[in-house]
Amino acid sequence: MRVLVAMSGGVDSSVAAALLVEAGHEVVGATMKLWGGTSDRGCCSVGDVEDARRVAQQIGVDHYVFNFSDDFERHVVDPYVESHATGSTPNPCIECNRHLKFDRLIDRADQLGFDAVATGHHARIVQGPDAQLWLARGADSAKDQSYVVHMLGAETLPKVMFPVGGMTKQQVRAKAVALGLQTAAKPDSQDVCFISGSGGRSAFLSERIRLRPAKVLDEAGSFLGEVPAVEMVTVGQRRGLGPAVGARYALSVDVQAATVTVAPADRLLVSEVRLDPVFWVREPPGGDESLLAQVSAHGEPVPARWEAAGRVCFERPVRKVAPGQSVVVYRGDLVVGGGTAAY
Amino acid sequence: MIARHAPSGTTLACVAVYLDHAAGGPMHPEAVAATLGWITSGFGNPSGAHQVARRARQAIDEAREEIAALIGFTPGGIVFTSGGTEADNLALLGASAASRGAIVVSAVEHPAVIEAARASGRELRVLGVDRDGRVDLDQLSGLLDRDVAVVSVQLANHETGVVQDLAAIARRVRRRSPQAVLHTDAVQAAPWMDLRSVATSADLVSISGHKFGGPQGAGVLAVRPGAQVSPILHGGGQERRRRSGTHNVAGALGMAAALRVRSEQRAETAAAVAGLRDRLCEAVTARVSSAVATALDAPRVPGHCHMRFPGVEAESLLFLLDQAGVCASAGAACASGAFEPSPVLMAMGVSRDEARSCLRLTLGPDTTPADVDFAAEVVVEAALRLGRRAGAKTLAAL
Repeated sequence: MRVLVAMSGGVDSSVAAALLVEAGHEVVGATMKLWGGTSDRGCCSVGDVEDARRVAQQIGVDHYVFNFSDDFERHVVDPYVESHATGSTPNPCIECNRHLKFDRLIDRADQLGFDAVATGHHARIVQGPDAQLWLARGADSAKDQSYVVHMLGAETLPKVMFPVGGMTKQQVRAKAVALGLQTAAKPDSQDVCFISGSGGRSAFLSERIRLRPAKVLDEAGSFLGEVPAVEMVTVGQRRGLGPAVGARYALSVDVQAATVTVAPADRLLVSEVRLDPVFWVREPPGGDESLLAQVSAHGEPVPARWEAAGRVCFERPVRKVAPGQSVVVYRGDLVVGGGTAAY
Repeated sequence: MIARHAPSGTTLACVAVYLDHAAGGPMHPEAVAATLGWITSGFGNPSGAHQVARRARQAIDEAREEIAALIGFTPGGIVFTSGGTEADNLALLGASAASRGAIVVSAVEHPAVIEAARASGRELRVLGVDRDGRVDLDQLSGLLDRDVAVVSVQLANHETGVVQDLAAIARRVRRRSPQAVLHTDAVQAAPWMDLRSVATSADLVSISGHKFGGPQGAGVLAVRPGAQVSPILHGGGQERRRRSGTHNVAGALGMAAALRVRSEQRAETAAAVAGLRDRLCEAVTARVSSAVATALDAPRVPGHCHMRFPGVEAESLLFLLDQAGVCASAGAACASGAFEPSPVLMAMGVSRDEARSCLRLTLGPDTTPADVDFAAEVVVEAALRLGRRAGAKTLAAL
């Protein structure tokens, strides 16, 4: 097949590209330039492009840089800022996968005559019991990234390859060492790529929106302290809310009123979450089917059911999911769909 | 045509048509001979005080005299640099150092000029261009006054090849800002134009060796007698204290040889290449109805064929061209290698989206009719394919 590999300059996509070459595919590497700003890390710095280019040279494939920075701004950065401004908790990596890697890049690859796009995500695409293609968890449970690529639909799955999804991270690194790739020991990316390590989230947001201080209240409305920016408080957060808060967590954030209400941990437990928008790989699951729901990138999957009214109902209470976060629904190890927590 | 080589030295089956000469072309055999001649049989630092140094000194001074004569400067005005970017930086930073005056640059300058002007910390006045990319002379008059220290307007544009009327610009500068130093980035003009006649009105002129058949890493800032340039590199005080650092003797010799050959052959090469360029441009626009050739009515250097394909992304077009064996450019590549919407086209009034859809094919003296015909086929096929797809998507979205 002709495969376009998205090479971020990290070890996973480096090895993904190498494996495809070994498997005899016709491979071209592409690094997406996503962020024109001044961030000093992540998938879009010049250093990462150079790493990707060098790996491509080493494994003998052509390498290109695609400038998608305008789309990234429109589909990832602007919504990220807007989400914070309205008191939600965005997941920009998921939006990037949704709009850039698995939409814009697939479209570009299609245009250029490729059969598939490959990335270094730790997830697998497998044939389910129904003989159809399904997205499945990666073999390395600690590194599984099916959560962040859950938006791949039935029409997209045949065009996507995850060559390292069946490997552990250790195996990936060992392969990179064996191939002499300079990215072999590169640390995993951890943070949002467009936010600089020095300035952090608050510097980034304060350049784009006016951050407003907020009162921290208990559920009875008593004043406990202040936070410098209501836009940066996340439901479920405890740290940074002031000494009077003690062992309580942010229960709700009201940007309009500039208040953060805190409560003890048990008050944050919920038994359901409404999803909007919601997405299914194929048909929505039936209401009586036992499923699993995962509410954060590396969270524990919780037994759950899907209610046609648009809610995921957990079989045991879970810590409240912050609005804006993704909830991914699994059937065993297979992703059946997901959506954005809305309440 | 040139054979495309893999880094290991094995020749790939596919043969490339190289149409990116504005980015840098192959060295002329005489330049290779001059460069290799020094590397293989000469050595030594020209600044020393012994026979080996004297030979090196003689070599660089002969290269200096030759280049000076070929571009119409005095040998003492030739400052060897590491290339066009350093020459531009030396011009902008070096000429603005002595005063606090403002810098005037055109909106279509190469980044080496614009970024150096920004880095100077001086007031920056940007001179707009018309739809053909020619500077607005009336606006220029308005920007000029007694506070201007440096004016920098390129001779030929790196993307479109459009040539500016430097004499007319100089007349306005001398009249309204007699104190100002006039710099011209002649990096794209030098391969095609006789700088002895077209650059006489400039105080400072930048050229770059690898654009006209010389080696990479060799350039010149030519300085008119009386123009003051403060150094930006400090050290041993070479080049009359204007550029410290051990000379690149091999580079200077190669550059001088290339410029000599190019100058000797200029008249016939320019006419032949302009003919091929027009043939290429017409072959494409005749078959791709949406294609728009850039600045057809403006004077342009012979090598540049620049066009836009509305609705087609340059990155995709370049990819298909590259895979088919045609090496081209879209104009403005950033440090990562990604293409940016062309600031030159945007200055010419083209929208940001449209400025993504351009293609720069630049011919060299060795480009053949077969190269041009092959490239035209490939460009037409790729542009039609991408255009059909863009059209289909637009329909689907309606």
